[in-house]
Amino acid sequence: MPDVIGAKPRPSLEQSPPPTDAVKTGPLTGAAPGPEASGAGGAPSLPGTSRYRSVNPLLELTLARIREFVREPEAVFWVFVFPVLLAVALGIAFRETGPATVQVAVEADGRQGPGSSSGRLMEWLEGRSDIEAVLLSPEEAARALRTGRVALVLQPSPSAAAATGNPETGETGSPPRPLTDLDSEGLVYRYDPTRPDSRVARLVLDDALQRGMGREDVARVRDVAVAQPGARYIDFLIPGLVGLNLMGSGMWGLGFAVVQARTRKLLKLLAATPMRRTHFLLSFMLSRLIFLALEVVAVVSFGWLAFGVSVHGSILELGVISLVGSMSFAGLGLLVAARTRTIEGVSGLMNLVMLPMWLLSGTFFAATRFPEFWQPVIQVLPLTALNDALRANINEGLPLAASLPDVLVMAAWGGASFLLALRWFRWQ
Amino acid sequence: MFATASTQPANVSEEVALSCRSLVKHYGEVVAVDGIHLEVRMGECFGLLGPNGAGKTTTVEIFEGLTIPDGGRVEVLGQGWGEGNDRALRERLAVQLQETQFADRLTVVETIAMFRSLYKRGWEPDEVIRLVELEEKRDARVGKLSGGQKQRLAIACALAAAPDVLFLDEPTTGLDPQAKLQLWDLIETFRSRGGTILLTTHYMEEASRLCDRVAIMDHGKVIALDTPNALVESLGADEIVEFSLEGFVADDRLSRLPGVRGVRSRDGNYLLTVSSVAEALPALLAEVEIHQARLVGLTTHTATLEDVFVTLTGRKLRDA
Ligand SMILES: Nc1ncnc2c1ncn2[C@@H]1O[C@H](COP(=O)(O)OP(=O)(O)O)[C@@H](O)[C@H]1O
Ligand SMILES: [Mg+2]
Repeated sequence: MPDVIGAKPRPSLEQSPPPTDAVKTGPLTGAAPGPEASGAGGAPSLPGTSRYRSVNPLLELTLARIREFVREPEAVFWVFVFPVLLAVALGIAFRETGPATVQVAVEADGRQGPGSSSGRLMEWLEGRSDIEAVLLSPEEAARALRTGRVALVLQPSPSAAAATGNPETGETGSPPRPLTDLDSEGLVYRYDPTRPDSRVARLVLDDALQRGMGREDVARVRDVAVAQPGARYIDFLIPGLVGLNLMGSGMWGLGFAVVQARTRKLLKLLAATPMRRTHFLLSFMLSRLIFLALEVVAVVSFGWLAFGVSVHGSILELGVISLVGSMSFAGLGLLVAARTRTIEGVSGLMNLVMLPMWLLSGTFFAATRFPEFWQPVIQVLPLTALNDALRANINEGLPLAASLPDVLVMAAWGGASFLLALRWFRWQ
Repeated sequence: MFATASTQPANVSEEVALSCRSLVKHYGEVVAVDGIHLEVRMGECFGLLGPNGAGKTTTVEIFEGLTIPDGGRVEVLGQGWGEGNDRALRERLAVQLQETQFADRLTVVETIAMFRSLYKRGWEPDEVIRLVELEEKRDARVGKLSGGQKQRLAIACALAAAPDVLFLDEPTTGLDPQAKLQLWDLIETFRSRGGTILLTTHYMEEASRLCDRVAIMDHGKVIALDTPNALVESLGADEIVEFSLEGFVADDRLSRLPGVRGVRSRDGNYLLTVSSVAEALPALLAEVEIHQARLVGLTTHTATLEDVFVTLTGRKLRDA
């Protein structure tokens, strides 16, 4: 096949006839023969040629993106395996352990046995199912409090007024005998009042001790336990992880690929071809579509199988929300990479953009916990919008219309950043 | 697969493919291109020969429409850049850049197919793969190719566009001799079919073998421009005598020796352009004897483009 290159009439400036139009004809057969072409023994038609008949640049560029991504094991790990591992770890850390207990330490007061007041307190607390107590030396207790192993330290009365009453032993299995024998003066609760678990521990422990020492309740109340589906921490967490994952993979996936192509001068080479800029940038956005579906399915189905987190809303609408969210992060990723020349540079920018959203956008705890005057900012962050919309769908089963403002916020981020990226994009 | 093309410039036409006048490009204080004029005709293989930093890449990238010049007029296929027709113009050009690294994780055929898809017309990837003799590597990852294979891939991507004009920026730099020969064959084939080539190189063998005409560049200027043969003939000498001396002999003494046309010396290294080695050599030895100097090394060779560069600048292409 000697006549591939230049097997065409001499190009003339006014009208250069096509060497071949591969869309319509085979590459060689359609060519006007050059001087030697007739002697070349005819154009061979190659096996496999038709596989690459596709000449849609957007499709080819998108395919190239997808191939590059799936052939990179690290990327696959971060996108598919990492969020699942994160869900496992957090799911285990915050798993439901029946009715919650509070963890307290009782300071040992030197003396041992049932005769000491700390021993007496330990003995009494043993019988309570809602309080878990450990007997520790003052130093150990302080340390346990500091490291979060206990929520509160109970220091018995220094007056050592223990065991003044009748030291009869309670029968096993019977409710613990009242604490009336204990000195009611000088008990100390040591705890950090800004720690929520410490405050709970104080309330529970104090209530138990006061009643044990004989306090009578004034009002008659009745507790009704309600088990609300979708109200566990893991239910809250899974949609947040989906959102977080869409942000991370969208931004890293695009930002890195673009900057790498720039440092390798591939962008410059592409700029020398007739490729349309929009095709190039769109190919990145489109390649995200494929992975988007896989990512969402991976995390959601893991949550369902491992923790029974079910999707209450419409699956189709969940898809729409994920799509819009993903596109908004793809746009941001392109924008961050639009002018950056080095991998280090883009990593820094990426963290700068993503870190606030990691913290503020309500992935691990509700964004509404932040002060009121931050809320206007927090609520227009794309990840907040995505997380809210995902939770409305997955946990609450609300229709898409209820999340319309969130969807609009995401679409605005995506559209604006795509247009800016297109405008500012640096090819060299 | 294809016969080595003949080198006679059979199909160079009168039509101008590329031209520039008074082209200037600054980078801060550096004047990368300093007012050059060039004209490349259709079907011609035109070479820019010069050392690193001469301004070759900058010149080519201005023609490619990748760099905007600070001054001067550029025409590519009768058109200027930025006149609203750039995309149509790019359909007819193809480019190989000095430093492109293709995506490692794509295969050869995927890479070519992607570039092919960017042009309205062109050759099927498999045809181009055969042409550049990468059939065995068709489905291999780009990251696994050797330097020569990568360079052939770069050219394959360019050829897939079936361009009228091909830009090659140091296509064989860093390649081993065999890979170099393969690439030269490829370039000659493209040219022999009527393609126009603008090529940069700092290898004088490459310029004299491939190019119909060569512009020698140094410090952003064109210091000589002609066919390789005419440039060598302009030395007025067939042979070059190079030697080093311990001791000193004045240049003008040497230039008066029989058969010597010119003398260049630098730090005890001498380069004589001579019309006849047989005549010049005995006289040279006698002259050295008279000055009680000692010859350290002496070589003779037929004159090349390298000698043209040395004669014009006093430096060698490689270490300029
Ligand atoms: N982007 C750039 N920024 C700054 N200086 C540049 C840039 N490109 C080229 N130069 C300078 O311009 C001069 C010519 O460079 P170049 O055209 O690359 O030479 P060549 O290709 O002949 O080696 C060099 O001195 C180089 O340092
Ligand atoms: Mg260069």
